[in-house]
Amino acid sequence: MFPKNRKLDDFTSEIEAHLQLEIERLQDQGLSADEARAAARRSFGNVTLSRERFYESSRWLGWENFWQDIRYGVRMLRKSPGFTAIAVLTIALGIGATTAIFSVVDATLLHTLPYPQPEQLVSVEDDLPGVGARNVGMSVPEWQDLQRSGIFEQVSPIGGGDVNLTGSSQPVRIRFLNVPPNYPALLGVKAQLGRTFDPEDHTPGFNLEALISDGLWKRAFAADPGILGKSLRLDNDLYRVIGVMPPGFHDPGRTTEERNIEIWLASGFAAAPAPSPVRNSRFLVRTIARIKPGLTIAQAQSRVDALVASLEKQFPEEYPPQSAWTVRLIPLKESVVGNVRQSLIFLLGAVGLVLLIGCVNVANLVLARAGSRSREMAVRQALGAARTRLVRQLLTESLLLSLVGGICGLAILFFTKGLLLQIVPDSLPRLQDISINWSVLLFALLASLCAGAIFGLAPALHAGRIDLNRMLKQEGRGTKGSGEQTRTRRVLVVTEFALSLLLMIAAGLLLRSFSDLLNVRPGFNPQNVMAVRTWLPVPNDPATDIYGTTAQEAQLLREVLRRARTLPGVEEVAVGDIEAIPLGHSRNDIGPVPLIIEGRETRGNQVPLIHRSTVTPEYFHLLGVTLLRGRLFNESDNETAPPVALINEAFARAYWPTGNAIGKRVKTSPTNPSWITVVGVLADARTESLAEAAVPQIYVSAYQRRPKDLAIFLRGRLDPAVIPVELREQVQSVDPELPVFGAQTLTETVSESLAERRFSMRIVALFALTALLLAGLGIYGVISFIVNERTHEFGIRLALGAQSQNILRMVLRQGLGLAIAGAAVGLVCALIVSHLMAGLLYGVRPTDPLTFAGVAVLLIGVALLACYVPARRAIRVDPLVALRYE
Amino acid sequence: MSTQQGTERLELLQGTLDLLILRTLIFGSQHGQGVARAIQQTSDKELLVEHGALYPALQRLEERGWISAKWGISTNNRKARFYSLTTAGRKQLVKETTKWKRLATAIGRILASEEA
Repeated sequence: MFPKNRKLDDFTSEIEAHLQLEIERLQDQGLSADEARAAARRSFGNVTLSRERFYESSRWLGWENFWQDIRYGVRMLRKSPGFTAIAVLTIALGIGATTAIFSVVDATLLHTLPYPQPEQLVSVEDDLPGVGARNVGMSVPEWQDLQRSGIFEQVSPIGGGDVNLTGSSQPVRIRFLNVPPNYPALLGVKAQLGRTFDPEDHTPGFNLEALISDGLWKRAFAADPGILGKSLRLDNDLYRVIGVMPPGFHDPGRTTEERNIEIWLASGFAAAPAPSPVRNSRFLVRTIARIKPGLTIAQAQSRVDALVASLEKQFPEEYPPQSAWTVRLIPLKESVVGNVRQSLIFLLGAVGLVLLIGCVNVANLVLARAGSRSREMAVRQALGAARTRLVRQLLTESLLLSLVGGICGLAILFFTKGLLLQIVPDSLPRLQDISINWSVLLFALLASLCAGAIFGLAPALHAGRIDLNRMLKQEGRGTKGSGEQTRTRRVLVVTEFALSLLLMIAAGLLLRSFSDLLNVRPGFNPQNVMAVRTWLPVPNDPATDIYGTTAQEAQLLREVLRRARTLPGVEEVAVGDIEAIPLGHSRNDIGPVPLIIEGRETRGNQVPLIHRSTVTPEYFHLLGVTLLRGRLFNESDNETAPPVALINEAFARAYWPTGNAIGKRVKTSPTNPSWITVVGVLADARTESLAEAAVPQIYVSAYQRRPKDLAIFLRGRLDPAVIPVELREQVQSVDPELPVFGAQTLTETVSESLAERRFSMRIVALFALTALLLAGLGIYGVISFIVNERTHEFGIRLALGAQSQNILRMVLRQGLGLAIAGAAVGLVCALIVSHLMAGLLYGVRPTDPLTFAGVAVLLIGVALLACYVPARRAIRVDPLVALRYE
Repeated sequence: MSTQQGTERLELLQGTLDLLILRTLIFGSQHGQGVARAIQQTSDKELLVEHGALYPALQRLEERGWISAKWGISTNNRKARFYSLTTAGRKQLVKETTKWKRLATAIGRILASEEA
């Protein structure tokens, strides 16, 4: 039952009426008007008291008090604009940064994937743990087994790559996906125009139907509603457009590039250009599936395990027990965002620490102010304010502060959103899902309230414990705060230092990892090198392929090389495939390929996976890769000569640890009749990742294997703005249908390969700097406060002959004590938690003593500096003034 | 009729005022002053009701939904707030009355046995 919002006025007039009735009754009994009035009042008792009781009993008193507190709070905050500005700014930055990081976490880790029933979607990965290989891909028969198993609604291998779309003014290279016809049904997507693939279509090869993205439709076809049925020329094949995908539909790929698909083509993967569908040809690199409704992933996994076991029995040749073939189902979301979880949670933790330090700082400010307001509090208490009422008042003020801070933080975030998104690396999965939505706003609100509660609680509880007598008696004395308050402030400063140290150690470790990576000798020289890409069409019908034989392609390569050499500034030229671009793999999804080594042919799946690059002979000199043994490629290793290969030291060590690798033979497919002979061993170069010193590599000759995704390497004094244009002219004068794109200097590529590390390092360094600044301000505040409190004492000491040096040392010692205590606590915490970030480090141990010591010294140095300013003030105290102040 | 003699009258036990108010209202709606007078008169002026305490009690009963109130005109043409029992109030009265009678009987027995 809520009160019917009865107003106090109504109650008052009721009492009035009562008194009138009583007076009239008494007058009827013969009393005079005055006597009757007095008697009525007497028998009523205290009118004000009963009004007050009525007032307090109504529930809206709580709200009234609340509003009163807020109005009062606003007045108090406006009265001290300096304090308010600093506190609001601190909280705004803390909340803004925390919310920014949270919005990334929210989009990537918390939100489900944007498809119907996303919990049924899984990624299917094949492992061969017996030979130490993970995610080796799937063969067509295995895919068909899974599709027929009854465990899944749909199973859909996804292939893809670049395709040349010709017919418009410039041939363009676009990303396409090669999917089975059940793919749209699996992801639950319907065309916005036309239709999607017929799931019952069982064409073994490409069925020549194309779905195009909303983006391509609008960009290349001006959103032409008559697009359906029109033909697209893709790699010299004609495809019919059957539908336009809805806007906002993306493939569940990992990175922005993988998701920005323009064209989907349907294929059964069982006919040309796909290899023959045999069990050990695992060319389906990525497979997704939708499990049947009602099955959990664990149940589906156990049924898949049973299926795998029965297949192993049925095909013992293909699945030798020592390779231990397994098929893993991973929630699709996990496979999309799993690899960034650690970094993101780490960043959220780091930014949370910054917010916490900010809160501690504001708590310190509020406490300092509480010192000067303690008389106000004492007077209010003396006048009858309940302690709970005072605590509520102070808490309301703190919450008001934190909410205003939170709103400012959100405003900052809102206006800098575009700028912030630019510094997020492109490789972050689900980048385009990041937005300021309701859950982000709710998070900001909760974070603000928590912040307010954290920094408001200590001062509020202090106010509740004021010793009235002492406080009122102290009138006119210089002392402002209680000893207990100073103690609390010291504890806060120590906390602040410990938290800052934690953050700075994290930043220091990341910084050292990063600088180690930058200074690592990569084993190749990226200076003055540019790579420009092109793509040779692969038509479905081999008869129409003008680059179908090694001889045809070799002719093109030689012509491109000859023409590129004539460009201004160019000193050296080479051609390779996309794998040959050092550290360029963040931009593509080509993995290592299986390699069969002569003399150790193993059955079925037990083949090592090796990174393979295809290059022309000039490549090694151009990149400055060192030859250790044997020889490099030369012009006679051409399309008519027996195939040759170069391997790196890591490969040689791994497979011929004792003997000589030169003269050994390898091949890439069991069905391929020709062996490739190793003719030389190269020094290891960090071409896969700067963090990995020795990854086995094999290089084959571009004239002997027809690479389609080409990179043209140029060295010299190049103008990065002009070269791509000039090179395009040269390439298209050989074949006008070839697109030229993706020009990048190798130094850019190298730098890009560190983008994610650079991002976390910069962010954490920024946080650590903020923390250091806040900790410095915190200790400055406390020491100033202590100096102010002891001005009188210093005056006496100086008057009695103390040296100013002694006083200086005394003050500094106090600050140093706080800093050292904080640093010690922080170091212990860091020792405990730093191993959590081991996965983010390179070259340094999580307990790197140099980093720990350096950071601690830096922090203590900053503390001394922050204490020096108030300490100077202490020694400049004029004894006369200090004593007169008494 | 002076209230100074009130000190000799019985002070109300805690919680009994509610019961008395409900009981008084069973005869029809009444304003606050009427309730106060009725309690005094029916108890042969034995009970002391401080009028000021009556109103918070009325307010409380109203909030609990046992009585309802509306402004009306008294017999001598004065505006007054009239209270009447609700159905819930009637039930509460029965409950409270039973409780009170049991309590009174029990206490009466104890006192009687001590006298014996």
